[in-house]
Amino acid sequence: MHPMRSRSVVAAILLLAVAAPVAALKIELPPESTTLRPGAGSELAIRQCMTCHSADYVAFQPPGKPLAFWKAEVEKMKKVYGAPIPDAEIDPIAQYLTREYGDGK
Amino acid sequence: MDRQGSDHLHTRRHLLRALGAGAALGSATFRAIAADTITLPFANGQRPLAQYPQKRPLIVLTARPPQLETPFDVFNEGVVTPNDAFFVRYHLAGIPTNIDVDSYRIGVKGKVMTPLSLSVADLRQMEAVEYYAVNQCSGNSRGFFEPRVAGGQLANGAMGNAKWRGVTLKSVLAKAGVQNGARQVKFDGLDTPVLPATPDFVKAIDVDHALDGEVMLAYAMNDADLPMLNGYPVRLIVPGWYGTYWVKHLTEITVLDGVLNDFWMATAYRIPENTCACVPPGTAPATTVPIGRFDVRSFVTSVRDGGTVPAGKPFILRGLAFDGGFGIRDVAVSADGGKTWTSAALGRELGKYSFREWQMTATLPAGVHDIKVRAVNSIGQSQPGEPLWNPAGYMRNVVETTRVNAV
Repeated sequence: MHPMRSRSVVAAILLLAVAAPVAALKIELPPESTTLRPGAGSELAIRQCMTCHSADYVAFQPPGKPLAFWKAEVEKMKKVYGAPIPDAEIDPIAQYLTREYGDGK
Repeated sequence: MDRQGSDHLHTRRHLLRALGAGAALGSATFRAIAADTITLPFANGQRPLAQYPQKRPLIVLTARPPQLETPFDVFNEGVVTPNDAFFVRYHLAGIPTNIDVDSYRIGVKGKVMTPLSLSVADLRQMEAVEYYAVNQCSGNSRGFFEPRVAGGQLANGAMGNAKWRGVTLKSVLAKAGVQNGARQVKFDGLDTPVLPATPDFVKAIDVDHALDGEVMLAYAMNDADLPMLNGYPVRLIVPGWYGTYWVKHLTEITVLDGVLNDFWMATAYRIPENTCACVPPGTAPATTVPIGRFDVRSFVTSVRDGGTVPAGKPFILRGLAFDGGFGIRDVAVSADGGKTWTSAALGRELGKYSFREWQMTATLPAGVHDIKVRAVNSIGQSQPGEPLWNPAGYMRNVVETTRVNAV
């Protein structure tokens, strides 16, 4: 930031502090650092899952869960959260998640 | 982090030199990022620790939207959870990162006589109320459920106690005038879904609850502005009730003459309709109701599971307890795995919705000991000796066991 502008911002904040105890607030979130593991179906899963949430939602689920667990999750994302996942993609995504994050069967 | 004598929880510091990352973002400087990890005491429990805006390093459950858990050591620092350590839980990735308070408004509408549009300055001109209250995620401790269930795999750190200051919802609704026939009041905040098809996060409570004179629109937390990630500039405080109702960045209050049946009330955040909110592990409840008040919980904070205490000489054992707002009457501690119990001394009462500190002096012979802690509230509610189970992983409140080694 330019020094002149910086000083004027400080002045404005001080004036605001006198006038009212509130001010604008802006934050910057840390960059997202994880993605889904590579493997057959990973591109499909990344495209469909990571539109709405980061990969850790998947990676931190309980280990060793079967296909039924992961298929239920994918179907919930479609039916409940409105993810535009074509029916034909549900099984490939669930199979990928089971292979990489579940019981592998 | 205190790593002394811990078998289950340990951190690993390593420095990642993100060479070139800054250049890729158009910056001339390279950046060094310090990253820790912490391992929570259940399978697949390794998590990064990262520093988010206005926060100290916290356990990252998810990055987008942010869900940050408080490292349990924080609860031994004091009975009030610092703002920079308070847990963060969002549902939808469209979260506000830039809020101009001057243009921020809270609408009050629906079945009211006079719809309102209130600024933060308007709220600050109204009569203020202040109290301590615990906020706790419905799924706090979900990672300990057996069999494991889907959802955020949290240890015990999705809770915190703060001093909230603001105005009562009752006074806001009095300004607007609630019409006859009102049944519920619903709350919406600035967070939005990524996809239009995803249900927006909107919650409701019954009108009698809304008018109880305790539910608060808070603009201050521990004598400071709320951190952005905890709902700046105004969030709803529903003391004694699970955090799902504590809508952040509150912008709309709507009085309803019916019952809100959106996804977040009618499908999510529901518990078995029985007194234990539980079913046999692995089964589904026949009927469910929306989650409500906290059950009773208590923890040892002064020593971790797997930690070390001195053998053969007195040492201070300390922790905290809380409930859904009836007030903690007694905290009993057993150092022999539950065979004999002794009441601990309770610390200063900061209000019926606050964490209550407890403390006792213990002397243990050399060896391994299971320390258990069990609280009772003023209406006789307590904690089960064995964990209860429900499919969503809510409301865990088993008597906690802290295994220590006296040496």
